[in-house]
Amino acid sequence: MSELESTVGRSSVPGPRTEDDVFLSVRDLRIHFDTDDGLVKSVDGISFDVRRGRTLGIVGESGSGKSVTSLGIMGLHRSRRARITGEVWLDSDELIAASEDFVRRQRGRKMAMIFQDPLSALHPYYTVGAQITEAYRVHHPVSKAVAKARAIDMLDRVGIPEPHKRYAGYPHEFSGGMRQRAMIAMALVNNPELLIADEPTTALDVTVQAQILDLIRDLQKEFGSAVIVITHDLGVVAEMADDLLVMYAGRCVERGTAEQVFESPQHPYTWGLLGSMPRIDRAQTERLVPVRGTPPSLINVPDGCPFHPRCPYADIPEDNVTRTVRPELRETVGSGHFTACHLPQEERTRIWTEEVEPKL
Amino acid sequence: MSLLELNDVKVHFPIKKGLFVDRTVGYVYAVDGISLKVEAGQTYGLVGESGCGKTTLGRAVLRLVDITSGEVVLDGTDLASLPDKDMRTMRRRLQMVFQDPLGSLNPRQNIESILSEGMAAHGIGANQEERREKIRAILAKVGLPSNALSRYPHEFSGGQRQRIGIARALVLEPDVIICDEPVSALDVSIQAQVVNLLDELQEELGLTYVVIAHDLAVVRHISDVIGVMYLGSLVEEAPSDDLYAAPKHPYTKALMSAVPIPDPTVEEARERILLTGDLPSPANPPSGCRFHTRCPWAQPKCKEERPQLREVGEGHRVACHFVEDIESGLLQIGTERAAVVPAARTEQDAVEEAVAKSAGTKAALEAEDAEAMADGDADVTPADARSEAEAESETESGPAASDADEAPASDADETSASDADEAPASGADETPESAAPAETAPAETDPAETTPAETDSTESAKDSSARGA
Ligand SMILES: Nc1ncnc2c1ncn2[C@@H]1O[C@H](COP(=O)(O)OP(=O)(O)OP(=O)(O)O)[C@@H](O)[C@H]1O
Ligand SMILES: Nc1ncnc2c1ncn2[C@@H]1O[C@H](COP(=O)(O)OP(=O)(O)O)[C@@H](O)[C@H]1O
Ligand code: SF4
Ligand code: SF4
Ligand SMILES: [Mg+2]
Ligand SMILES: [Mg+2]
Repeated sequence: MSELESTVGRSSVPGPRTEDDVFLSVRDLRIHFDTDDGLVKSVDGISFDVRRGRTLGIVGESGSGKSVTSLGIMGLHRSRRARITGEVWLDSDELIAASEDFVRRQRGRKMAMIFQDPLSALHPYYTVGAQITEAYRVHHPVSKAVAKARAIDMLDRVGIPEPHKRYAGYPHEFSGGMRQRAMIAMALVNNPELLIADEPTTALDVTVQAQILDLIRDLQKEFGSAVIVITHDLGVVAEMADDLLVMYAGRCVERGTAEQVFESPQHPYTWGLLGSMPRIDRAQTERLVPVRGTPPSLINVPDGCPFHPRCPYADIPEDNVTRTVRPELRETVGSGHFTACHLPQEERTRIWTEEVEPKL
Repeated sequence: MSLLELNDVKVHFPIKKGLFVDRTVGYVYAVDGISLKVEAGQTYGLVGESGCGKTTLGRAVLRLVDITSGEVVLDGTDLASLPDKDMRTMRRRLQMVFQDPLGSLNPRQNIESILSEGMAAHGIGANQEERREKIRAILAKVGLPSNALSRYPHEFSGGQRQRIGIARALVLEPDVIICDEPVSALDVSIQAQVVNLLDELQEELGLTYVVIAHDLAVVRHISDVIGVMYLGSLVEEAPSDDLYAAPKHPYTKALMSAVPIPDPTVEEARERILLTGDLPSPANPPSGCRFHTRCPWAQPKCKEERPQLREVGEGHRVACHFVEDIESGLLQIGTERAAVVPAARTEQDAVEEAVAKSAGTKAALEAEDAEAMADGDADVTPADARSEAEAESETESGPAASDADEAPASDADETSASDADEAPASGADETPESAAPAETAPAETDPAETTPAETDSTESAKDSSARGA
């Protein structure tokens, strides 16, 4: 069954999805921006589900549309210049067509986000504690004192030393890792049912990264939240994700469980990403196997398969189809593993096992 | 003799205070006694956390910062004590490639002018024509088209700009190139292109590199020898493969175990040492072993005495009093300073349980089980059957089952247990949700969106403080 059919099948039965624990369901989401240079197709038709207690990893290079996707789910792109279509089902509510007010009320409690740059989420003029307290009071009609106790507890939970003292500190007085933790405390203060972490550790050292990832995992374990981790680091998703979605030029090129995508990746771009990353757990390889060329501009996405100018296998499918027809996401028979590539399945398997995998 | 040799190099930045007369009130011990050797034609990798002094050390080698004490010996000449005028001619032999390719290239100069500037200053090439020829050859080497000559930095992609930075170093025919985070600003696929380029150039031209980077996998890939820095000093140094196969210093162990590996199966089996706390300030470094405040193996002696870097194996040096005891298992890891955690997936059961419990599916499952047992098992005594039937009806009508739509968090957290629905607080509209100020994130591309978001959060924050007063 192709991705398209399954999409149609799903969205025709809107409503609660608790029967299979799906908490977030994104259907054919498109987010385009009108700019002076032309229409930027930042997100161009992506679909995925995130279940409670599971983590979806979204990987892709910078500019592939990862952040726009997450801001789109959070309803933070509602400007005149943004054209948004598709469906975002949060629990049993569709958010794209919902009122701004409704979407706003979902933020914090039902869904929350952690950003790459904590300074963009923390206000510089107010103490960290006051901001967390306030975030809590939005959704909980409790006294200031109760909210403050809760905020201090959160600061403690995310591993900030001396939370009572730090409560009164300003963001600029915190180190990078501590700011990130404070922001996580703020995002988690309401026990959000969906947590989106957009490059939560990209600016941090590995030792701090390990602490933060561990923290996100712990909190997920405790509350059973649905989590989306967005990153360009395949190592981070290998550590965090149950399911994986690979984005290229605003589209999903491959999707499956983490095991499927890491053990038998199907898309040439995914192979490229794997070949580009040196690994510390393997003997040193002579050379990396990078993807040639550079990512496309989203104003001028190549026709056909958007990856074709960089793809070493673009000439294999017949009739020049890679350059003229956009490949749909198709499922590898009955496995829940989807790939958007014109190469026949057997050919892909052969290339992976014979040509790509041995060089990694 | 090694091509480049550092002997006990220190760079201390004075901390000044005072309005009229600058008074030195202390020092930032950015680099605090580093000795190392870089062999000709090899790559020395320097790794360590942000702020540990990597860049400062690199800049000290080029004498771009004042060296407080110690020697930097290039090919037999101590640069630290060299008069400025002689240093200027020596500088050609040491070149630096920077992290931010755009920031280090003058936007108003075209590529030819950027590249020929240094050549002219150092008297390379008799005239501009000769220099242009040489530049063309180098551009081809780094994989840039020759029509790049007349173009400007902004016309190139990040990866291409980094190639320009490398070309700028190469045209001066240096002995040593110091690359400070050469690929960390680049996309994954472009990173690999630049890493391969550095490799190829080294093979072809016999270059010597010092590569500074926080990405351990990248450093491992290009380095022959790696030095690990912590708070201004080297804690371990070893041939690249040895260091990764068997890190000996407690800090290196933690650092290695923190690097995620792009393979879930490997991740699953791995143990990691999670350090607690932040890096201490280099203005106020801990006594004794600088790592003792975070070291899971620390002993009383560590606080008193600073361990020296000493040889523990072929080309393997470690600065720790207790390497041997840690190695042999005599000294066990202390848990109050670090957690040793198995990787994610072993915790999956717990996650599933949490979900099941809160979403009511567990109750449903149990009911199913009970049902299956009740009608499938003929040996069940009447008493058993009755109790199972009871259990079944209980779970069906129990609170868990009817709660299926509600927040999975609700029973785990007492503060929110009573309001799993979305009952908004009175001030919901003007208060900062954790996400609201984030509208500033896409600001660079869409200034129109920034303004409302900013006023939004400012107002709401004002509001909150007003309410507090
Ligand atoms: N000119 C200066 N004056 C005072 N302190 C300085 C100066 N330059 C650097 N420092 C301090 O010296 C220490 C080491 O800085 P350095 O830039 O070498 O770190 P680094 O290891 O390169 O870190 P990163 O990975 O973040 O680049 C830091 O605490 C820094 O704040
Ligand atoms: N508000 C906006 N207006 C116009 N273009 C935008 C806007 N926000 C993002 N873009 C463009 O959308 C593309 C995807 O961006 P983004 O999702 O931020 O990428 P990433 O995958 O790195 O997170 C980029 O080309 C970016 O320039
Ligand atoms: S469709 Fe063609 S160009 Fe695209 S990834 Fe597959 S083989 Fe490569
Ligand atoms: S000297 Fe002591 S504190 Fe330092 S690394 Fe060794 S055991 Fe840890
Ligand atoms: Mg982004
Ligand atoms: Mg630096």
